[in-house]
Amino acid sequence: MSHEPRLVEVRKNILKQNDLVARGLRQRFRDAGVFVVSLVSSPGAGKTSLLEQTLTRLHPRFRVAALVGDLATENDAARLARSGAPVRQITTGTVCHLEAAMVETALDGWALDELDFLFIENVGNLVCPASYDLGESMRFVVLSVTEGEDKPLKYPTIFNTSDVALLTKIDLAEPVGFDWDAALASIQSVRPGMRTLGVSAKTGAGMSDYLALLEAGLQSARGVAAAGGAAVAGGAS
Amino acid sequence: MHELSIALSLVDLAQEEAGRQGGRICAVHVRIGPLAGVVPEALLASYEMASFRTPLEGSRLVIEQVPLVVFCPSCQAQRPLDSVQSFCCPECGTPTPQVDHGRELELVALEIET
Repeated sequence: MSHEPRLVEVRKNILKQNDLVARGLRQRFRDAGVFVVSLVSSPGAGKTSLLEQTLTRLHPRFRVAALVGDLATENDAARLARSGAPVRQITTGTVCHLEAAMVETALDGWALDELDFLFIENVGNLVCPASYDLGESMRFVVLSVTEGEDKPLKYPTIFNTSDVALLTKIDLAEPVGFDWDAALASIQSVRPGMRTLGVSAKTGAGMSDYLALLEAGLQSARGVAAAGGAAVAGGAS
Repeated sequence: MHELSIALSLVDLAQEEAGRQGGRICAVHVRIGPLAGVVPEALLASYEMASFRTPLEGSRLVIEQVPLVVFCPSCQAQRPLDSVQSFCCPECGTPTPQVDHGRELELVALEIET
């Protein structure tokens, strides 16, 4: 005897497990007052060079650390470690993106409350990382001026899920005939109001505005942590 | 291609949900928005692999593609968008950063035979 199948409503996010881990991470980052920035881009956009400069410039004044996702090698971690900041590599094998659980595992043993900034460099890929929340405070999408002004239109999802667009290698903008207006129009078309900064890790151009944005983020992260601590203290009294 | 990772998560979640119900899952209904970062065809192919040798083997994956809907601050109304490349109101042209629908990546329902 056959029965009609029953339809059972579920309505849950398919990546529920990742979202749960990401939510836990975000809470830990908030409690510790650490400002967490993830970087996504296509391969070769200059994430590692930018991060090398970022760590080197922040390291004397702030406690910084980085997690670096890579498919196969540990070269990026070795490069970044030269800044003196603690760096850990997440080797993903064939997986084309980082997931929250990989970040959680990589953080094992690190005292987050002894950090001001944590940077997470995703695997070079403008498609897959878009679906995975890592618990970060801010997601930066990195686009080099040598890639073409219409890249945001080709990869709208990653731009739409990011908070800030960083145009890198701006020292090459003139030699490659980069059209700033077209690039900014593309970005604004897929993510109206998106904050956009231009930097050159090589010459240092634009780095001060970029670092100021990071420091402002840290101030707000510390404010949230302090308010949370005060609320807990208030609740206990 | 991360659809295989997503299909594996889907198979895990569907089994977890079905465990509470009892019976055999014959179809899995999902809803995907254009900003979910998922290609439906790739998810269908991945689902077959991900469900292989699980209780979901042989079940159907039914994908509903939901439209992109933004909120226009000038019209004070929700507006459907045809393109993920141009976030502006189709009526008045105002930029529309607020996405109300389109990021869905959701297990909606299970069809279970008992």
